[in-house]
Amino acid sequence: MNKLKNLSKYAATNIKCYGMVIVAFAVLYPMLQAGLISNKVSGLLIPICAYIVMAISLNLAVGFLGELSLGHAGFMSVGAFSGVITIACLNDGMPAPVKLLIAIIVGGILAGILGLVIGIPVIRLRGDYLAIVTLAFGEIIKNIINCLYIGIDDAGLHFSMKSANDLNLAGGKMILNGPQGAVGIEKISTFLAGVLLVVFALFVVLNLVNSKTGRAVTAIRDNRIAAESVGINITKYKLTAFIVSAVIAGMAGALYAMNFSTIAAKKFDFNTSILILVFVVLGGMGNIPGTIIATTLLYILPEMLRQFSDFRMLIYAVVLIAVMLATNNARLKDLRARVSAKLKTHKGLNAESGGKGDVSNG
Amino acid sequence: MTFISNLINGISLGSVYAIIALGYTMVYGIAKMLNFAHGDVIMVGAYISYCVTAYLGLPPIVSILAAMVVCTILGMGIERFAYKPLRKAGSLAVLITAIGVSYLLQNVALLIWGSNPKSFASVISFSSIALFNGGLIITAESIVTVIACIVIMIGLTVFTKKSKIGKGMRAVSEDKDAAELMGINVNVTISVTFAIGSALAAIAGVLLCSAYPTLQPTTGAMPGIKAFTAAVFGGIGSIPGAMVGGILLGIIEIFSKSYISTALSDAIVFAVLIIVLLVKPTGILGKKIMEKV
Repeated sequence: MNKLKNLSKYAATNIKCYGMVIVAFAVLYPMLQAGLISNKVSGLLIPICAYIVMAISLNLAVGFLGELSLGHAGFMSVGAFSGVITIACLNDGMPAPVKLLIAIIVGGILAGILGLVIGIPVIRLRGDYLAIVTLAFGEIIKNIINCLYIGIDDAGLHFSMKSANDLNLAGGKMILNGPQGAVGIEKISTFLAGVLLVVFALFVVLNLVNSKTGRAVTAIRDNRIAAESVGINITKYKLTAFIVSAVIAGMAGALYAMNFSTIAAKKFDFNTSILILVFVVLGGMGNIPGTIIATTLLYILPEMLRQFSDFRMLIYAVVLIAVMLATNNARLKDLRARVSAKLKTHKGLNAESGGKGDVSNG
Repeated sequence: MTFISNLINGISLGSVYAIIALGYTMVYGIAKMLNFAHGDVIMVGAYISYCVTAYLGLPPIVSILAAMVVCTILGMGIERFAYKPLRKAGSLAVLITAIGVSYLLQNVALLIWGSNPKSFASVISFSSIALFNGGLIITAESIVTVIACIVIMIGLTVFTKKSKIGKGMRAVSEDKDAAELMGINVNVTISVTFAIGSALAAIAGVLLCSAYPTLQPTTGAMPGIKAFTAAVFGGIGSIPGAMVGGILLGIIEIFSKSYISTALSDAIVFAVLIIVLLVKPTGILGKKIMEKV
């Protein structure tokens, strides 16, 4: 513990993040292999990984970049559906992990391109206007995917915006069926892949944050004008962070989609964006270890409450409000400050009493 | 004729958005927060009105008044217990709490009224007007909605310009601390803002469900988001802006539904919003605030 304190804050965060993921994996993976985990719980593992990656990605945009994005599920959606289409196009003989890797990479790239397209106009706006435009983009993506019909046969991919019949498929199969979403997805996501993706996201974000780019980004967040006046290229750094965030979200989307046999565009709506934002805010903005913990707990909470059926989301809502009120309560904050101050004085008692003596003398 | 009919439908839907957007914009102007629970207050208002007419058999006007009273109390209660303790906290903390309140209202409604949609009987009893030998039919709901919107708009403008509380509201929205030093009770002002916003939400809920008569716990969510969009569209914080934004949004929505694609109408609405914000980043009637260094 003492050793951990002597390390820089940066290294401590790194150890906490990777340590948590590795310990969780080391405990869960053997149990999963041995069949000790019920189906209900093991079904949650991959979505939790995907949402942790999403939360890390959003934390980069909201916590470090300081821009409220209300459309992050849109990137997840693009990643998910491009991943699904990629898989359908790949040769059947290919081993599943390779397919998954390709799908995740394609999902990330397409989400990144979209991030660039959205980012260029959006980055110029500020505050609530940026939030509403990201919300709007999220809704547009959802709407367009809802109208897409894509099928594949020997001749290649067929697109239509009208109906499944317009595809004129010669045999082959449907990939995307409008509002029903993607059907017949190969379920090739694994817990191992999920954990690896979390580690990858951590690696990218933690290194980015502690690089020159990351320091520029946090400088922009803290004071845009001051940052600009010392020569930081605001557009460039903001856009970089935004695109990285989009790429990671796209990858999470591909992982998530490959865990289900069907998935519809309405899964990635405004509510999903908000859900991820809740993970980030409760975990702490700019606090990656906190985000991981909050995502895991908050994802499991509604599942644990399933026995209360109708009261499930009600309890969730009450917990959400109560946590927000409690963490921002002045009295509780005061109490916490006093407790931590007491702990500190306990340790440095001599130094403190010396200081007090000086004051009374004066 | 279809063009005019679409235009009238658009203005009518837009008027509902405008009334909802007024609630968003007033709360934003004064408390500087996005009240995401506003859309769900609409839903509660519609349910109250539904219950009063369907179960108690009282006349529609009583049901509207009942909905307004309940929503006013609800809005003030939400402000008092959920938002007031967070007034000094960051804006994201308030946003998440508002989302929590939104979930709470939806799920309480789900428990009380169930998830099956209720068919809402229109509160407007007189019949539609047919013009040009039936070539153009204007529904009574459209007429009432547009009139209600205009009356509310004028009423609110007069209220904020002339009355003491209204002037206080404008002062608080300019500078909360300075207003407090001038002897304006900020807590009361914020409370009154929420009360007015929520009462308007009740009216909007009843009008919305009169025109589109399916009522379920998620009824308020999408109109809520669209009205919020409308408020930003017109310039958030500005009362005429909410009106202009709401009506334009309604017209765009109905036109894209009938001339382009039903499924893509929402995408078109949001695309127009993005274009407007890129050209004019503070909305159509928004004030450009110079940043001080």
